[in-house]
Amino acid sequence: MQLNPWALTGIVLVAVVTFFLGHRSSRSATSTHDFLVARRTVRSRRNAAAISGEYLSAASFLGIAGIVLKDGADALWFPIGFTAGYLALMLFVAAPLRRSGAYTLPDFVEMRLGSTGLRRFSTAFVVFIGILYMVPQLQGAGLTLATILPVPVWAGAVVVMVLVAFNVIAGGMRAITVVQAFQYWLKLFAISVPAFVLCMVFFAGGGPDGFRPLGAPAPPVFTSDTTVDVQTDVTLHVRSDTYLWAYGRTDNGPAAGPTHWTPLAPHTVSEGTTLKFLAGTPVPVVSDSVADNANWLHPASGSLTDLLQTYSLMFATFLGTMGLPHVLVRFYTNPDGKAARRTTVHVLLLLGLFYLFPTLLGALSRMYVPELLVTGKTDAAILRLPSAMLPGVGGQILGAVTAAGAFAAFLSSTSGLLVSVAGVVSTDLLPGRVRDFRVATGLVALFPIALAVALRPEDISLSIGLTFALAASTFSPLLVLGIWWRKLSWPGALAGMFVGGGLVLAALIVNVVSGYTGGWAPWFVNQPALITVPVAFVTTYFVSRATGYGRPEHVHDIMLRLHAPDPLGFMRDRAVARFGQAEEKTRIAGRGRHRK
Amino acid sequence: MTDDFYERRANGVREPDPTLGRRTRQQRPLPQPTDQAVVEPLPPAPEDEPPKPDHHARPKRERVILNDPRRGAGTLRARVELEEQTSWGKLLVKDHLVKVQLRTAMLLAGLVVVVFGSLPVLFYLVPGFSRLSLAGIPVAWLILGVLPFPFLFGVGIWYNRLAERNERAFVDMIEN
Repeated sequence: MQLNPWALTGIVLVAVVTFFLGHRSSRSATSTHDFLVARRTVRSRRNAAAISGEYLSAASFLGIAGIVLKDGADALWFPIGFTAGYLALMLFVAAPLRRSGAYTLPDFVEMRLGSTGLRRFSTAFVVFIGILYMVPQLQGAGLTLATILPVPVWAGAVVVMVLVAFNVIAGGMRAITVVQAFQYWLKLFAISVPAFVLCMVFFAGGGPDGFRPLGAPAPPVFTSDTTVDVQTDVTLHVRSDTYLWAYGRTDNGPAAGPTHWTPLAPHTVSEGTTLKFLAGTPVPVVSDSVADNANWLHPASGSLTDLLQTYSLMFATFLGTMGLPHVLVRFYTNPDGKAARRTTVHVLLLLGLFYLFPTLLGALSRMYVPELLVTGKTDAAILRLPSAMLPGVGGQILGAVTAAGAFAAFLSSTSGLLVSVAGVVSTDLLPGRVRDFRVATGLVALFPIALAVALRPEDISLSIGLTFALAASTFSPLLVLGIWWRKLSWPGALAGMFVGGGLVLAALIVNVVSGYTGGWAPWFVNQPALITVPVAFVTTYFVSRATGYGRPEHVHDIMLRLHAPDPLGFMRDRAVARFGQAEEKTRIAGRGRHRK
Repeated sequence: MTDDFYERRANGVREPDPTLGRRTRQQRPLPQPTDQAVVEPLPPAPEDEPPKPDHHARPKRERVILNDPRRGAGTLRARVELEEQTSWGKLLVKDHLVKVQLRTAMLLAGLVVVVFGSLPVLFYLVPGFSRLSLAGIPVAWLILGVLPFPFLFGVGIWYNRLAERNERAFVDMIEN
């Protein structure tokens, strides 16, 4: 795509403000306590903005609109699940988790079950989930930067990671709290303003080519002559006889001129092919998306498989949110359990507000940028939509705003993930001093970059779905049963994590293999949570029943600490117990400044 | 707004960190609160500070805490009782607080699961319902794209209220 100076300006501005805010707040970060949990003094409103800013990743900002463009009404379960996950977190986890006084998820595991072996095991899973979640963020950053600058796709990934690692090394959790809170409001702005403007354009007469209704039971059509450059191999479906011009390779043979596609068989188009369509031609769509508008518009109009997949997605997102390490680590920064609950209420509000807009933009994309269905790059919908609906400078500026918002999404999610993974690595594998945290950050940053460059850029939402499934099948049984059930034993928790995590990983591997060899995998490989989560819960339950010796000795003390209301003062800070009091160190170091 | 807004207080007195001084002895009872301001001795100095003999020794620093009305003498007694894990305290937490909180959470989670869980089946079994439209917008899109968010927020507020009420009731109960 051509160079867009507006978008470049927007992205540079976001990067500069991010760097400045991080730098400004990292000056007061001196102790391990600052780096891990921001001294546990983050007020609930700011913490809620920071949690939402961190949570609204590439999958939310770009992925939801893309998947709405592709799958229609059934895709609306993604934002619902992403939000409802916080309700589950609030109902079952938030306050007791904060009262445990832990500073990382593995630390909570040790506090509850008293097993260092299990702590190591969960460390491995935290690192794995964190890296798995970072890869799509970085790939999304590459995609965004490559659409506005003539740079290779890996460049964006490297830029984001360098910027984030710099902030995290300078100030850890303390630095990124302010940055993430700012980035939530930036993202809300960057998605709501284009949504409002484009809706007005839509109602005022519908963009450059007039009003286009979606209610008709036909596939979307090109409304002007369109040229599409296919950049990755795709398999396309058409619903009626389609006439087009193809230059390159289609259907495993060379093509240079007019062709005719029948709806009887799918058509393969190779990388580097150019397709030309006349106005009024029905849009061919990539093989896994919904072809006609009627099915797109109505939920659950597909087969029983779709229904099961929807339930599986609900399982994964409802229970997966509470198992995401970067979400949980933000809850440790609350002052007490009550504040943790209040934070979650605010998060529900902020997320609900945000998620109104990607759906709207996804629906508009179906009308105005259907060529993305041909190339399969539906995640670019939000970035392309403004200039497609509003030609000229106005569209370019709006496009710049969305690009800046997307960039903020990559930055905030990646920084939260990096802090949580680096915190775990520095306290579990290294001695946990500030210097170790910095070393861990540098080391951890390398893996996702390598993976992001090496792996095929899948649909962002898809791999996020698998990450949620993994979190839901490993940590959520451990947390829910650990907080509410006295008889949980460490062998039970270990078995549950092992079985649940193993099943999801098997599904992930099968999914990748099947993606390379023609997509033969059944639905539950894509969305395994419906099977793996109950299996993990049941395994944990029965193994705990059978291994009574694995219960911690003072389970009643632990339960008392988790559940006793805050005014009774049972909360103990494990980070202080291990690393010392933050304020004292600051005072001794003579770094305390008088503040206005 | 500086980033450590929370540590500032109007008259320059910092609010004590709730975890301050819990490092050495975890079961140290809280200072005896009375109706007036209380004087609390500082927690032991961190070991990094070498104990040096000082001739003109400064008067021992004391921290002044204004009375917290919620933390009465009853709380202290109850706290000690709970901490000593008498059968009374054990039963109290297990049978009252945990059970009540879990029941509240389960009820609200059940409500959400029933509402959301029934929607896909409804759309699947009654296709006509998903084809209704209101002012040009399909009802299904309103139900799935807009309404869940106020609903979830409302349930969140409700739970927050119930949970805080349960905790207050528990504290009141053990104080008496």
